[in-house]
Amino acid sequence: MRGPSITQTATTRDTAPHTRPGVAAAFFDALKTALLVIGLGTPIILIETRQSGAVVTLHLRFGLLAALAGIAFAARLLHLLVIAPWLANRQPLRLAERIPRQFKTWAKRAVIAFVVLYPFIALALAGKGGAIKWIDNFGIQLLIYVMLGWGLNIVVGLAGLLDLGYVAFYAVGAYSSALLATTFGLSFWLCLPLAGILAAFWGILLGFPVLRLRGDYLAIVTLAFGEIIRLVLINWVDFTGGYAGISGIPRPTFFGLPFTAGEDGFAAFFGLQFTPLHRLFFLFYVILALAFLTNYVTIKLRRLPIGRAWEALREDEIACRSLGIDTVTTKLTAFSIGAMFGGFAGAFFAARQGFISPESFIFMESAVILAIVVLGGMGSQVGVAIAAVVMIGGTELLRELDWLKQIFGPSFDPTKYRMLLFGLAMVAMMVWKPRGLISTREPSIVLHERKAISGDLVKEGHG
Amino acid sequence: MAAIRPSTTPLLSVEHLTMRFGGLVAIDGLSFKAERGDITALIGPNGAGKTTVFNCITGFYKPTIGRIALAHSAQMPPHAVERLTESGRRWLDRAKGGLFLLERMPDFEITAKAKIARTFQNIRLFTGMTVLENLIVAQHNALMRASGWSLLGLIGAKSFTKAQAEAIERATFWLDKINLTHRADDPAGDLPYGDQRRLEIARAMCTRPRLLCLDEPAAGLNPRESHDLNSLLRYIRDEHDTAILLIEHDMSVVMEISDHVVVLEHGAKIADGTPDEIKNDPAVIAAYLGVEDEEESAVEAEIAQLQSGRTAEGTP
Repeated sequence: MRGPSITQTATTRDTAPHTRPGVAAAFFDALKTALLVIGLGTPIILIETRQSGAVVTLHLRFGLLAALAGIAFAARLLHLLVIAPWLANRQPLRLAERIPRQFKTWAKRAVIAFVVLYPFIALALAGKGGAIKWIDNFGIQLLIYVMLGWGLNIVVGLAGLLDLGYVAFYAVGAYSSALLATTFGLSFWLCLPLAGILAAFWGILLGFPVLRLRGDYLAIVTLAFGEIIRLVLINWVDFTGGYAGISGIPRPTFFGLPFTAGEDGFAAFFGLQFTPLHRLFFLFYVILALAFLTNYVTIKLRRLPIGRAWEALREDEIACRSLGIDTVTTKLTAFSIGAMFGGFAGAFFAARQGFISPESFIFMESAVILAIVVLGGMGSQVGVAIAAVVMIGGTELLRELDWLKQIFGPSFDPTKYRMLLFGLAMVAMMVWKPRGLISTREPSIVLHERKAISGDLVKEGHG
Repeated sequence: MAAIRPSTTPLLSVEHLTMRFGGLVAIDGLSFKAERGDITALIGPNGAGKTTVFNCITGFYKPTIGRIALAHSAQMPPHAVERLTESGRRWLDRAKGGLFLLERMPDFEITAKAKIARTFQNIRLFTGMTVLENLIVAQHNALMRASGWSLLGLIGAKSFTKAQAEAIERATFWLDKINLTHRADDPAGDLPYGDQRRLEIARAMCTRPRLLCLDEPAAGLNPRESHDLNSLLRYIRDEHDTAILLIEHDMSVVMEISDHVVVLEHGAKIADGTPDEIKNDPAVIAAYLGVEDEEESAVEAEIAQLQSGRTAEGTP
């Protein structure tokens, strides 16, 4: 390994001392940047075509280009004179090691308490009308992605198998539970485990031919598998309903009590006034329990021989084989357990929406889930949860920015900038935290003293 | 062979091993034996095919031709190997003496069932895992059984906790042997080179092998570390039921510790015997000094003449 060790990282991060460049040099550098912006911007920003009827006219937007060049100039100057020297002199942030362990456990408890009480907090702060959005979009939606992130973390983060088609298992879970519920009238609580088992089964089925491939090849084949599943869902109209999807999926009930306004509903049974919030509260706690289950099982498995074998597989497959580990079975278990949690999440998704269609299982979903795992720090449960909150919560927050319309005009739609912000976050990540938000690895077994392992030593796996 | 051994089944017998890569013949009809309780060294110039032999024995390559048999018990019924070969099966159970035809087995099974462990020329530790974790992963198969293929482990069954404690005990035993106990919780990638070499040997030993295959264990070690390695290997041979097969270029290691040396050149065996015999073998000297084929007979004659004059103490 060429990476520096834990003890060295703090001192050897920047090899050459960064000296402040001369103002004149910085000025010329910034000027070059501005010229570059003008050169690149001339075809794509300066010239605008406007079509009116059959006539296309050219408009030259000198003002806009000049403004952009000016911004680039100022930003470059600021970077060279202020930000770069500051970054060079700053000690790298090593939060994970500075925070005492005791504080960490208290913080963990506080976060768990907040999550458990979240629907009540939302209700108290936003009132009955506002709470729906906060519980549904920010609570349930987010927890689905946290769960998917944790599920994929087993495959990508622990076993080091790059899976670009994880959404396929999410789709298998959703469709199998929806079909079982609508065709055979099975209840949600029966569909949930069945969907998990079926997704795991598909994980094994896909895994057998695919797991002999490594790295890029594995990624491409899993990507193709995700697309195949989606195309089958679209084209096998008799079975899946095609583009129309499946609607009328029965909603989950509270031990047989439906969340309806009727006589035999949940509200009437407990003598409460009917409100749609009851169902949301219930769904929130169901997905919270599922997410906790995923987390608990993953943490447990990591400390069992199978989890250690996954991580060893990520580190060095050949060494694993030389130690008598059956790599095919080990990869298959990682693949199928990850798929099973994807299937659970899919079954929950189907029951929550009441309607599913292939639109929900596009490649973009796989990419988002993978981005959550990579941003969070591969293998870190906490990192994945934080990344899911930031990425999914962040895009949901964009919807809240309606007041920006007053500045940019009524046609401004902040959610359109979702992918731009996504990309920026990724680039920022590559620059400052290339191994994810939480890059250190916790050892799974300890003899004397628990020490975090620097991400520089941990490998990403290659298949 | 100088020492005459009783006619028992050898631990490892390689017969007519041939390995071709396309048109290239890496090993050409190689046969040799490794006995129980011996340190057998496989030496030869670069490119002689030593590592290819290792890869065939440990299942990383499938030999083109040849049989590699490993017998756990020294008292095999006569013709047991032939009968097993004809039966088309891969091994005989441990109850029947434990006989394995390695050329028929995949790599991980060779370690798991036939009990052969190996190290690599370029160290292959799990660098992002701690020293202790490396040694625990090596005991994967035993721990998997104890954890009921993870089901018993998930509910925290006592049998698994006990098995894990035993695994840690075995790991600390080997950590003591290689003087790394104080670094048990450090990542393996943080260790100095010499410690990584020793840790890889300890990790291989944690699989409880009958035969330990070491691919250049002394490469890159300083004389002191090399000396420590010698005593570690002698300890393994003397105190455990483990024979050692090693590839080595460092002749101070080979000549000092091995009981039996096999010399390869261009994929074929050119000498086989005790270290003293090998030291004086003209073919070996020619191979190591790099003599043209035509001159070889002349050199051999010269060497023979020299040897008759004085007791040769030359290093090959």
